[in-house]
Amino acid sequence: MTTTSVDVLIIGGGATGAAALYDLARRGVRALLVDQLDFTTGTSGRYHGLLHSGGRYAGRDLETARECIVENRVLRRIVPFAVEDTGGLFVATPADPADFPARWLDGCAKAGIPAEPLSAAQARAAEPALTHDITAVYRVPDGSVDSFDMIHGFVAAARDLGGDAWIYQQVTALLREGDAVVGATLRDTRSGEARTVHAACVLNATGPWAGAVAQLAGLNVSVKFDRGAMIAMNTRWVNTIVNRLRPAADGDILVPVGTVCVLGTTSVHTSAPDDYRVEAWEVSKILAEADVVVPGIRNGRALRAWAGVRPLYEPPQAGHDEAQGREVARTFSVLDHAVLDGVRGLVTVTGGKLTTCRLMAEKAADAVCAQLGISAPCSTADEALPIPAATAGRYHRLDHRLHKLEHGEMPGDLICECEMITRPQLEAAIAAYGGQPVALDDLRRDLRLGMGPCQAGFCGVRAAGILQAVRGQASAEATAALGAFVDERFRGVRPLLWGHQLRQLYLDELIYRRTLGLDRLPDEGVSQATTAAPGEEAAHG
Amino acid sequence: MTDHSTTLIDLTPFTADHCLKCNICTSACPVAPVTPLFPGPKTVGPQAQRLRLPGEPSPDHSIDYCSGCGICTQVCPHGVRVMEINTQAKAVMTQTHGMSPRNWFLSRNELWGRLGTPFAPLANFGVGNRWLRLIVEKTFKVSARGPLPGWAGYTFRGWWKREIKRRPRPQSAPDAQRVVYFHGCSTNTYEPHIGKLAVAVLEHIGLHVEIPPQTCCGLPAQSNGDFKAARRYARTNIESLVEYARRGIPIVGTSASCITAIKGDYQHVLGLDDEDALLVAANTYDFMEFLARLDHEGRLPRDFQPIEAELPYHAPCQLKAHGMGRPALDVLDLIPGLRCWEIDADCCGIAGTYGYKAEKREIAEAVGRPIAEQVSAAGARLVVCDTETCRWQITSLTGAKTVHPVELVALAYGLTVDRYTPPLRAGTAAHAAVGGL
Ligand SMILES: Cc1cc2nc3c(=O)[nH]c(=O)nc-3n(C[C@H](O)[C@H](O)[C@H](O)COP(=O)(O)OP(=O)(O)OC[C@H]3O[C@@H](n4cnc5c(N)ncnc54)[C@H](O)[C@@H]3O)c2cc1C
Ligand code: SF4
Ligand code: SF4
Repeated sequence: MTTTSVDVLIIGGGATGAAALYDLARRGVRALLVDQLDFTTGTSGRYHGLLHSGGRYAGRDLETARECIVENRVLRRIVPFAVEDTGGLFVATPADPADFPARWLDGCAKAGIPAEPLSAAQARAAEPALTHDITAVYRVPDGSVDSFDMIHGFVAAARDLGGDAWIYQQVTALLREGDAVVGATLRDTRSGEARTVHAACVLNATGPWAGAVAQLAGLNVSVKFDRGAMIAMNTRWVNTIVNRLRPAADGDILVPVGTVCVLGTTSVHTSAPDDYRVEAWEVSKILAEADVVVPGIRNGRALRAWAGVRPLYEPPQAGHDEAQGREVARTFSVLDHAVLDGVRGLVTVTGGKLTTCRLMAEKAADAVCAQLGISAPCSTADEALPIPAATAGRYHRLDHRLHKLEHGEMPGDLICECEMITRPQLEAAIAAYGGQPVALDDLRRDLRLGMGPCQAGFCGVRAAGILQAVRGQASAEATAALGAFVDERFRGVRPLLWGHQLRQLYLDELIYRRTLGLDRLPDEGVSQATTAAPGEEAAHG
Repeated sequence: MTDHSTTLIDLTPFTADHCLKCNICTSACPVAPVTPLFPGPKTVGPQAQRLRLPGEPSPDHSIDYCSGCGICTQVCPHGVRVMEINTQAKAVMTQTHGMSPRNWFLSRNELWGRLGTPFAPLANFGVGNRWLRLIVEKTFKVSARGPLPGWAGYTFRGWWKREIKRRPRPQSAPDAQRVVYFHGCSTNTYEPHIGKLAVAVLEHIGLHVEIPPQTCCGLPAQSNGDFKAARRYARTNIESLVEYARRGIPIVGTSASCITAIKGDYQHVLGLDDEDALLVAANTYDFMEFLARLDHEGRLPRDFQPIEAELPYHAPCQLKAHGMGRPALDVLDLIPGLRCWEIDADCCGIAGTYGYKAEKREIAEAVGRPIAEQVSAAGARLVVCDTETCRWQITSLTGAKTVHPVELVALAYGLTVDRYTPPLRAGTAAHAAVGGL
């Protein structure tokens, strides 16, 4: 068993863990981030995509609202390459309580969220998809944020400063010496290999799994699980984020992200951090609610549905034991177990929003540094991260890939036609894994492979062929890799099998079963390593 | 429609939502296989549409190579209006990059038609002069090989004004016996004989012909991405035609492409979907479609003299876009002795103004090659076709003479007009000219 030593071990490669890695690196602390799967496979890859202005919380949770507007501005400044400046609208219709807008405006004013009143005509001129029945509408500085780009940005910047990150490494035990946590045992989730990491302090940034990980040290952190479903529509429909102007309820928000428009969400109390069910009533509810503000959208093409689990944490002393779902405050908690439980070397951070991940990381890193006796202050808000070369410093824009393709900046065969990915890009993405195993689903996360309307119907087999050629895979291995990818894509379409997507799936089925006979090709004796890791899901569709 | 029940999903850009990526359109597109510069309808249409930001500058380039022939829209089994998506994207591209003087020039066919008329001999010398054309190609990028028509030296409208003075028509006809003739720019200034024959045929049928003021249909401006001008033209026509449409008087035209514009493009490309526009569209017919309908209702006189000939017929893409079959063939079939067969080719390549552009001339010729091959294999010296630019292109590709089907109908009815020589002779088999001319 190999052993490694670091100053701080961060568990959880979501937005919070990645921001913490970057934060500690800037303070000169040697930290290592691990995730049991890939980055963004937890809540951070299953969220709605909204860089909150805080407007969503202005009606009831001013603390979160304030955090959001402040961090919204910070993230725009430090990770511009992951943010699309869509702006947001809050739209009230005759179906909504008439007294709410006034209350909401008051909340916005208190939280410092600029809310600019628009006429219904102005709003419809900006977003022609909106309903004609608008009773009030305000513009707020919402945005959309690509968690994948942001997290990779944090990790890359941290690596430049001496930090490191490992994926597919699950923490299976926390090492205790007396009343201190001194490291962890990791298990490689693809090869099963175990290793030990010694650390002066461990930061538990595992979102909904925070309770389970704390349990490994025998500590009790009670995280509530709140499941939410989302549906990606084939096209953008709106280019501004549209929120219902009413007390928070199911199906309130439409977020244009990348090529799709994500509708959501629901709030269902559940008992597991990875309960990713999407129930039929959720799909109907979300479509019906979206249709109120964007008439016709429920007849549009729904590409994929998925769910994420919010970690909701209520400090025990708050005495709100009965609060559930949307009633629980969306702010976050940093638990210094040295103070709370007398166990040194462990800090837990959970709850919060993706929008507030930097602030969460700051407060968590403060607690870690306090334990380590390090006084360097947080500086993550001070300057922009180095901008990944690929984005050329521009804000995220829907038409980036089309622009590059049309300007000859993306030569080579077009492999994934829907999301515009070329053969050289695919080959480069495979090469980036070096000798590490790589599944087609990893390439999906890297490039958006197979995330368009045909859901890998056409590109899956092409990409599998390229992967096979580059890696020199045996046929059986390539077949298994393709099978796993196709199954995974199918999973997200299953809740939406009517109309367009049913037709598409039937065509895909004809391609994969009838033409290629994928279900009859031999794939025995293939190591687990090449198939997609279990339990993953799409980042935005 | 300003009706609130219409939602985005009914509008052209959103039809991209229906695309299953089946590639049927790409395999039918006549341009994609002849040039590497055009990635095909699926790519520039529904696929690129998902990545276009409304109200933002256009990232497009390759879409410029879409000829707008509309075959993709016809073949798509899922209702994606691919050509319409492409044309709208071209308009955004034109807005972004501005319009070249060449494209502006090509979009103003109506203007050049009128300006050239008084100077017909000189103008005709110009378009016929190889050296001049080469200079124009070099400086202006209008292909020297693009088949330009000659000016007739008089206009159809001018002729009509004189004609009704010479032989005033009784004004008493009930609306059910009236018809509006939409001549289009080309008939007005280059081929007035087609309009004159159309009037003769309609009057032979017993209809009272009205020719209200009208302008260019707007299609040339539309396909060059100048939607502002196209909408201006369209509005002028709609305003002039709508009163007839309200009275249920059919509007018929001999240029299948102008008629496509009025019937479909005004709504689906230019977004003119108000009540007037839709009413005019619903009352507009292609000339041969109109004759076929009359025949269906038993109102088309069958007093045809035989024409002994076997002629190839090309259905222009624009006509196919009407989704009405091949009414020209249905009607020509009624003429004893006349056997017309359809050329097995989608597009002649000219696609309005496309084939006149120097950088696209070669593509246009490659697209039209199957027509040339079949015409030459049949040894035909006369080809029938409903749209003017297609006729000129076919003549330039094959050397064969081309006619509008109305010319054959008029011939069979024994009708002729001044300053016109029929392409064939009708009558007994003695004059038979199988294979043309
Ligand atoms: C439906 C829904 C919609 C949302 N919408 C928004 C929104 O629009 N805007 C917004 O700002 N926020 C939104 N949120 C909230 C936001 O997604 C979360 O607050 C945020 O992603 C949490 O990030 P995290 O890094 O704390 O946790 P996670 O992203 O869940 O990261 C935890 C990581 O820990 C890893 N892990 C767990 N156990 C172990 C172990 N034993 N060993 C190693 N690794 C382990 C997991 O694999 C996971 O990657 C939404 C949440 C949900 C559920
Ligand atoms: S309109 Fe014609 S040229 Fe353009 S994409 Fe469609 S089929 Fe091809
Ligand atoms: S536009 Fe129509 S024909 Fe073309 S790929 Fe899509 S579904 Fe098929």
